[in-house]
Order: sequence, then structure tokens, then C-alpha cells
Amino acid sequence: MRIIPKHAHRRKRLGLILLLLAGVGTSVGFVTMALNENMNHFYSPTEVVDGKAPKNHTFRIGGMVRTGTVKRSNSSLDVNFEVTDTAKNVQVLYTGILPDLFREGQGVVAQGKLNDDGIFVASQVLAKHDETYMPPEAGQAIKDAQKLKASLKE
Amino acid sequence: MWLWFHKLGSPKYFYTLAGKLIPWFGWITLLLVLAGLYGGLILAPTDYQQGESYRIIYIHVPAAWMSLFIYIVMAICGAIGLIWKMKMADIIASSSAPIGAAFTFLALVTGSLWGKPMWGTWWTWDARLTSELILLFLYLGFMGLQSAIVDRRTAANACAVLALVGVVNIPIIHYSVEWWNTLHQGSTVMRMDKPAMDTRMLIPLLLMWLSSQFYYGTVLMMRARNEVLDRERDTGWVKELAMEGK
Repeated sequence: MRIIPKHAHRRKRLGLILLLLAGVGTSVGFVTMALNENMNHFYSPTEVVDGKAPKNHTFRIGGMVRTGTVKRSNSSLDVNFEVTDTAKNVQVLYTGILPDLFREGQGVVAQGKLNDDGIFVASQVLAKHDETYMPPEAGQAIKDAQKLKASLKE
Repeated sequence: MWLWFHKLGSPKYFYTLAGKLIPWFGWITLLLVLAGLYGGLILAPTDYQQGESYRIIYIHVPAAWMSLFIYIVMAICGAIGLIWKMKMADIIASSSAPIGAAFTFLALVTGSLWGKPMWGTWWTWDARLTSELILLFLYLGFMGLQSAIVDRRTAANACAVLALVGVVNIPIIHYSVEWWNTLHQGSTVMRMDKPAMDTRMLIPLLLMWLSSQFYYGTVLMMRARNEVLDRERDTGWVKELAMEGK
């Protein structure tokens, strides 16, 4: 099949369409680049620790719940945990009911503000799911392997 | 191939061919849906983290893929229509729009139903969800524009340009989960590595996707055939058909 049309006027129209696509593509590209900060749904703990997140403003922080840091209050719904991107950690305080997928080692996105002590006071905590799907046996097998690896390191 | 393309551009040829293909496509759709649902809802194992809730992907993922695919089809038809002034290109594009809109809506709704128990929210304005919502508006805009302009040729040209401008959104939807931090997870199947999914879960998913493709084919041909009759009602062959009482 001929992709390039034979007739001059058709070639011209094809050229115009390609021009249109290129034009719209680059302008949308520029706009998204200009908005890049705002296109991100959340800041990583490293960005927050480095002071890149807005002060006195509501923003979201995303990362893993650091294993062994989840502390629940006995008398209220307060939960304390650290969010990590493996490089830096940020302390998060949340009062409320957590989603089903919330657990240690799980990705979460929390919305809230940093207080003066550098603790992130969250008004909402969402669980971020990863892209892997597998049966429970496989999930258990990976966990066992990781534990084995960790114990070998020690 | 070139000749076949020209033949398909003839509404009469398309009408007859589609009439023969529709029952085949319909039955294949049904068989694939049954196989896919059986595999997905009964044979596939539960997920290690999400339990049974993950099974909504057997609707959500094919619907989302189709929403992108159909829009690309419409954009290609738009380009063909603008360059070669083919009547059939416009017919295919305008018959596809409501189907694409339905798939987009389905993807958004099923995603939302899954998001509440898993993420903890029905909706969030991250790049993936927002760009998919824009896609729904593009489909609706296309349909609105089509019916707002009375003259068919003007409508076809305007809609073709809209489809082409909107196609920029397609790579944004697909790559949104890689380019930016989003709440939506990354791609499980459509990625450079091998799919991050157990084979027993993956096969029904691909079956469901294939059935969606055939469903799209079936409904598209049915809609396009009606559209052909409507647009060609003053031609000899349509009048003959009407006389025969078919």
C-alpha cells in the first residue's frame, strides 16, 4: 500500500496533518514540561527532607511504609509511621482509618502538611498498589527468599 | 492490498462484506468472553495482596486498552478522510466514537470501584486518571461536534481534525505512570520487561482483551452498516435493497 499519496494536493494535505500533529505535540509537550512540578501526584521523602516540598501548604508525600515503624495509639485512632524511599525517611502522623492495603513495606500516598518539627501531619492516607499480580504462594515464596537473604547478610 | 483498500472504500462493498462478517465476529466474541470470564473468575488464582478484588481487571484493563485503541483508529480514519476524502473513513470514525466512549466510561467506573477498597478513594486527580477523563471528554466532544454540524462534509472534516488533535493525549495516558508520580500503578503487561503477572492470570486477561476487540468489530460493523444505509439512501443499490424488503 502506498503511504505517500501520488497526487500533489493529497501530499499537501498529508503534510498539513503531520504539521498539525507536530505542532500540537510540541505545544502540549511544553505545557506539561512547564507544569512538571504540578503533574507529579506526590513528593518523595528525599524531596521533602531537602526542602523541595512547599512549606505551610498541603501537599502529598509518597513512598514505602518503613518496616518496623508503624505505631498505633491504644486510646485513639492515631497512627505513627515513617515513609521512606530507601534513601531518606519522613515521620508521618495520621488520625483515622487506614485502607486495607496499608501495611509495612507497602507504598502509600499521604496528603497533609509538614509541622514545625518536620513531622508530616496527614489528613488522608491512600495505599499505592504496585503492578505485580501473583498468587499468594508466590508472594510468600518471595517474602521467604527476602528473609533468607536478610538473615544471610546479618 | 491497494485494490482491497479501494474496494473497502466503497460503501456498497463494505455493506455486503460486513453483513457476512457480523455473525462470525459475534460468535467469536461470545466464545472469547465465556472463556475469558471462566478463566478469570474461576481458574485464575487469588492475588497475594488484593485477594479476590483484583478480578475487576478482567473488565477494567481491556476496557482501558480499547479506549486508547479506538481513539487511535478514529485518528487514523480522520487522516485518511482528510487526505483521500474517503466516505468510509468518516463512517468508521463516527461509528466508533460511542463505542470508544462506552469503553472509556467503563474503564473509569471500574477503576473507581476498585480504587475505593484498594487505595482508599474513589477518585484522585493524578496524571493517569485525569488524562483518561480527558479522553472521555474528547469522545463526547467528537460526538457533539458531529451532530452539531448539519453538513456532513464539514462535520467530517471538523471531527477529523478534532480526532487528530486529541490523539496527542494517547501517549500521555499510556506513559503518564512512567513520566510522573501517580497513584495509579505502572503498566503490568504493556512494558519492556515481561508481564509482571502470573500466567494463569494473564491468559484470561488477554482473552478478555481479544473478546473486546471482536466485540468492537461486531458493533462497529453493525453501526457502520446503518450509517451507510442512511447516507446512501438516495442511491440505486440502497433503493433496490429496500424494494427487496431486506
